[in-house]
Amino acid sequence: MADPVALGLTGHKFTPSAVTVAANQKFQIKITNHDDTPAEFESHDLKVEKIIVPGGTVIVSAGPLKPGTYQFFDDYHPDQAAGTVTAKE
Amino acid sequence: MLATLIIVFREVLEAGLIIGIVLAATEGVQHRGRWIAGGMAAGIAGAALLAAFAGALSNAFSGVGQELFNAAILIIAVLMLGLHITWMASHGRQIARDMKAIGRSVVEGERSLTAMTLVVAVAVLREGSEVVLFLFGIATSTHEGAGSMLLGGGLGVLAGCSVSWGLYRGLLALPMRHLFKVTNAMIALLAAGMAGQAAAILVSANLLPSLGDQLWDTSHILRDDSIVGRALHALIGYADRPSGIQVLAFLVTLATLIVLSRIIGQGSRVRQQGGPARHAH
Repeated sequence: MADPVALGLTGHKFTPSAVTVAANQKFQIKITNHDDTPAEFESHDLKVEKIIVPGGTVIVSAGPLKPGTYQFFDDYHPDQAAGTVTAKE
Repeated sequence: MLATLIIVFREVLEAGLIIGIVLAATEGVQHRGRWIAGGMAAGIAGAALLAAFAGALSNAFSGVGQELFNAAILIIAVLMLGLHITWMASHGRQIARDMKAIGRSVVEGERSLTAMTLVVAVAVLREGSEVVLFLFGIATSTHEGAGSMLLGGGLGVLAGCSVSWGLYRGLLALPMRHLFKVTNAMIALLAAGMAGQAAAILVSANLLPSLGDQLWDTSHILRDDSIVGRALHALIGYADRPSGIQVLAFLVTLATLIVLSRIIGQGSRVRQQGGPARHAH
């Protein structure tokens, strides 16, 4: 498997908020929470749900995805922290 | 405040629906109020503890501690619901008869109550730890309006509780002879749904093969992150894009529970008919 795609959470915003992965194969996303409040990385499209404590880092596994764009968000701040994964062939 | 209310309500809803079913399924069992309240209290205490150690849990088992823990408590709940169903298969008819004849809270049933108390505790623990972390985040943040957000959180919990109570009262409106049939069916679906969820969690931790990443896609009809979708997810394990192993775990659990309760139900009927004759010898 390729190296995990790295995401950061700062001020309830994902950086970067849009990432690209290879379609039709499993991949991992590594998220680090730089805020002082807990976050929950969640995506119904990717079927993942994982709590990230302040200063913590988690890795989630997802895919294989068909080509397309998939949403993810912080379930504790869904209006502020949201982003997309685009799967490309 | 409204955003907080909705976030908390969505988390509490799932546990609330489970408790509603448990309340109806244990109707008439002596001291069950005390047991179930105890289960809720244990769940809340556990949730606070879990929230405090969320970081450590997250890093445990090479980073899949959260997934293993969630899957494990779901599997415990499935086993406990299974115990209740098999217990009801041999005692349910008698409980319904006793309740009609002598009225409420005269029946024993503490064995099943222990199992159901654990189910309540697990349900509260699982959803509760997320609520605790969320509210803790608000309480410690220096943003203005933390008070109104906490108020929203409190109202969200209340709203979840009222769904629980509403489901319970609604089930009680059923005629007594049907009540336990309905609650048993609901519990079997609940257990099957939980088994499916546990399988899905283990897939997301890379610990189980998915056996087909997406058997179907009904997200354009009902998304499982909508309120109705979430309720159905909690009640019958609805998933808009389930993996193969999720559906397999659901079906195997449901089939096992149906077969077990049939076998035990028949066994107890034979014993009840054969019992007095043997006694006479």
